[in-house]
Amino acid sequence: MNIFDFVAQYWPRLLAGTGMTVAQFFLATLLGVTVALVMGLMKLSPNRLVRATAVTYIEIFRGTSLLVQLYWIFFVLPLFGVSIDKFTAGYVAVGMNIGAYGAELVRGGILSVPKGQWEAALAINMSPAQRMRRVILPQALVNMLPPWGNLMIELLKGTALVSLISVADLMFETKQINGSTFLSAQAFGAALVTYYILARFMVTPFMRWLEAYMARKMGRA
Amino acid sequence: MFDWKWEFAWEILPRLVVATGNTLLAAGAGYAIALVLGLFLAIAQRSPSRALTFVVRELVEFIRSTPLLLQIFFVFYVGPQFGIRLSPWMSGMIAIGLHYACYLSEVYRGGIDSVPKGQWEAAIALNMTTLQKYCRVIIPQAIPSALSGMGNYLVGIFKDTPMLSVIGVAELIHTANAIGSEHYRFLEPYTMVGILFLAISLPAAGLIRLMEGRVRRKMGLK
Repeated sequence: MNIFDFVAQYWPRLLAGTGMTVAQFFLATLLGVTVALVMGLMKLSPNRLVRATAVTYIEIFRGTSLLVQLYWIFFVLPLFGVSIDKFTAGYVAVGMNIGAYGAELVRGGILSVPKGQWEAALAINMSPAQRMRRVILPQALVNMLPPWGNLMIELLKGTALVSLISVADLMFETKQINGSTFLSAQAFGAALVTYYILARFMVTPFMRWLEAYMARKMGRA
Repeated sequence: MFDWKWEFAWEILPRLVVATGNTLLAAGAGYAIALVLGLFLAIAQRSPSRALTFVVRELVEFIRSTPLLLQIFFVFYVGPQFGIRLSPWMSGMIAIGLHYACYLSEVYRGGIDSVPKGQWEAAIALNMTTLQKYCRVIIPQAIPSALSGMGNYLVGIFKDTPMLSVIGVAELIHTANAIGSEHYRFLEPYTMVGILFLAISLPAAGLIRLMEGRVRRKMGLK
């Protein structure tokens, strides 16, 4: 069976799987960006305890592998009375993992804002929250967007791991189809191409657009 | 802690230590493949042949933007369809080695690009062959600026080896899965695997930074 016949026959399942992958991707992105912002800001806090919390979080999530974190969240957390379904466990693990990497980008982005901007905000009597929200973060965001593009690709690839706790994403559907038909080259080939299209023609162009859009908004185009 | 059994933890520790050895072996072997293959991929992208450059460039992009897990399955299952049988270790090393070769090729590329143009011209002026030019002039100077990226990916490949468990390579997660299903206890094995990963990757990251500084000083860079 050639690849076109294969896709013609199995496209509903591949499409359903892709939908799940996209859902996991969006939810994990939402969580990851939030975690990255919070942890990145916490790592810059003047309070030592807050800083230590952020450092511990970042080192734990960057020091172990995503698969270990996923299994831990899915199989071990229930033993502590925190039961989460596989769908939630999937994007939570991916999001928290990416958040730890993102926190470093947020920190780097904030530190890259010139000192004069901090002083100017102070001089016009802004509160620390105003200063961060109106002056520092928007500029930091523009600086850190390019590395975030790579991180989003890593996130997309990371979502494939949720198939291992039986979330019916593209990877999972592909494995199921392979298991029942043994058309390995067609099944895995179709999935590879789908992931590639998602990464190369959706995620990357969107991040490029966002970079250009933000730069224009900041008057740097 | 809730229901944490120390006796059980001690009982399974030897098995996990053996598995750690396998994980390190997989990471080391995969990295060795990636180091060599990555260099070829980087140099191929500088070849005078436009077609070769284009093909290699697209291949690297393709492999970098698709999940390693899927590539591992691909290598493992597609071979037999065409009569090539590969052991789990073999296919695992091919998949992870190739995946990281693509990452490393980007790191090398950055390093090679950072070598000043005068060095290339000088090598040509001295009538060096392409091989001599790369081996004696370009690569030694490209390595220092590539070091930090190379170090990061060494830790990265170590953290990606758990994916090899899906085709039956007996590394840490595979062993933890086996222990978990034999004893119906997942708390200790998975927690210990997490701690083992931390215990290796954190010192490794520190050590790599230290070495990087030393090599840079040896090469006469700040």
